[in-house]
Amino acid sequence: MSDMLLSVRNLTLDIPTGSGILHAVRGIDFDLRRGETLSIVGESGSGKSLTSLAVMGLLGKSIKRSADEIRFGDTDLLKANNRVMRDLRGNRMAMIFQEPMTSLNPAYTIGDQLMEALLLHRNVSRDKARARAVELLEKVGITAAASRLSQYPHQLSGGLRQRVMIAMALMCEPDLLIADEPTTALDVTIQAQILRLLVDLTREMNMAMILITHDLGVVARVADKVAVMYAGELVETGPASEVFATPSHPYTRGLLRCIPQPGKTARGARLGTIAGIVPSLVGEVTGCAFRTRCPHAQPSCREAIPMRGTAGHAFRCVFADGALSEEKGVVA
Amino acid sequence: MFAFILKRLGLALLVAFTVSFISFSLLFLSGDPAAALAGETASGEDVEALRRLYGFDRPMMVQYGDWLFSALRGDFGESYYFKLPVASLIAERLQVTMTLGVCGILFALATAVPLGVAAAIRPNSLIDRVALFLSVAGQAMPSFWFGLILIVVFAIQLGWLPPSGASSWRHFIMPTIVLGYYAMPAIMRLTRAGMLDVLNSDYIRTARAKGSGEMRVLFKHALRNAIIPVVSLAAVQMGFMLGGSIVVESVFALHGAGYLAWESIARNDLPTVQALILVFSMFYIVFTFLADVLNAWLDPRMRSA
Repeated sequence: MSDMLLSVRNLTLDIPTGSGILHAVRGIDFDLRRGETLSIVGESGSGKSLTSLAVMGLLGKSIKRSADEIRFGDTDLLKANNRVMRDLRGNRMAMIFQEPMTSLNPAYTIGDQLMEALLLHRNVSRDKARARAVELLEKVGITAAASRLSQYPHQLSGGLRQRVMIAMALMCEPDLLIADEPTTALDVTIQAQILRLLVDLTREMNMAMILITHDLGVVARVADKVAVMYAGELVETGPASEVFATPSHPYTRGLLRCIPQPGKTARGARLGTIAGIVPSLVGEVTGCAFRTRCPHAQPSCREAIPMRGTAGHAFRCVFADGALSEEKGVVA
Repeated sequence: MFAFILKRLGLALLVAFTVSFISFSLLFLSGDPAAALAGETASGEDVEALRRLYGFDRPMMVQYGDWLFSALRGDFGESYYFKLPVASLIAERLQVTMTLGVCGILFALATAVPLGVAAAIRPNSLIDRVALFLSVAGQAMPSFWFGLILIVVFAIQLGWLPPSGASSWRHFIMPTIVLGYYAMPAIMRLTRAGMLDVLNSDYIRTARAKGSGEMRVLFKHALRNAIIPVVSLAAVQMGFMLGGSIVVESVFALHGAGYLAWESIARNDLPTVQALILVFSMFYIVFTFLADVLNAWLDPRMRSA
């Protein structure tokens, strides 16, 4: 079995709207090996959630998906029918969502919902499924796990519900866990706990994870690889350490400036912002989508721009150095 | 859950008690019952004699207590018009009404819920449009007119079904359709709206992400949540059908309780009217109670209410 778990090539998502086709995701490539954590970073609306839903096959009916390749292990997801996808979902690939308050069915007990994932995919008895549910609830740090099984979602706090969601995703020991902003809706103190839990569990189970977030602080702590998305395109990808050390795309640098750093950012100083708004993606979209907000925009930014850099750390910019020298010139 | 049922039961009894008092008071709101009973040509002495005979000369609370305790034993007095015990009169008429009401609501649910679910799965599809058309037509068309159309087509032209009466199950087919079709649009729309809402919710996405099949998503995860408001609506409509199906009963000459109420009001037959109001109210109270219990079973969040 090869080491490669997920390969995505030229993933494109189009959404028909009243005023034309919305090119929500345009030609995305990424790879994920077993046990690796890839973080997809970007603003709201950059297409990162859609990308993950496209991998899961959970897009709405109106969204048109096309790609040169979406391969998950030995399965070609482009050719997979509903049955095949259903067998994979919750089994080999699982997902947790941003909204723990609404992601559990209010009408069924925690136990029912946990056990369902296992009962759907494995030929096990209810007793076995219950034992596994208790085991996982304990693993995600829920006390008195056995007594929680008969509780309903409305009786749990947001942090607990997100732990239940994680436990549910792990019932079948998936190879891939997609976490779509798993900590955004939680208190700051709980965020760190949940993140730590996810990291520990992925290591322990040798599970690959796609962590979708707009919080670069989160990425720095957990990701092996980073993919920065802007307006439906990948603008920079690479090992997390390299991207943080030498951010090459102007947008990535802009994002990093938005994070206050203890000790470095002066008290009362303005935090970095990126002026402007994300452009409309309805109709023909060409060239660098960031050019309307980029301080270094050139006429040539209107043309199609290839990825540059190495296969490991690549970025999409007309400047060979991602306008870094120019930026330094501005500062000096 | 048990505490919830007990609480709701207590509440229902309280409402029932209040309703019983109101329905009893109606007798006195409509003027002097003895004078009404005696007729316009009666002398003052006759009226007084009647007043004593029926006990109207006693204080109102005493009369109420007397009436309530008799009613609890199933004795609602004697009908002024039929000269029969009201209880047996109503019991006989209720058979027809209950058969019609139960068939009507079942017909309504059996058509409205599947249609609403199908419409919600594919909004703006052909089936959605058909469902919308049926519900608009059902809401716009008066029951008596729809009933007459059915009689003209199926009883007179085709001769498949008897036009009126209640002597066999075939007599109930057309009234059931008319009464059920009256209740269907609201149930259909509420089911459709509820399903649309629930199908867009995060927990449905979770169910799909778990690998649930489409049928499981629809019927296990979605419908249970979407049907909750429908249960409450159906309970109210059921109460209405048992009490207010006068139009349908008249069109098809079914001598049910609704028809009896109409007759009794016209004849100033107060004991019958009183008893019917009480019985109809009890239906509402019982169905609302059952709907509350059913909803609490469906949705655990309601159990603490």
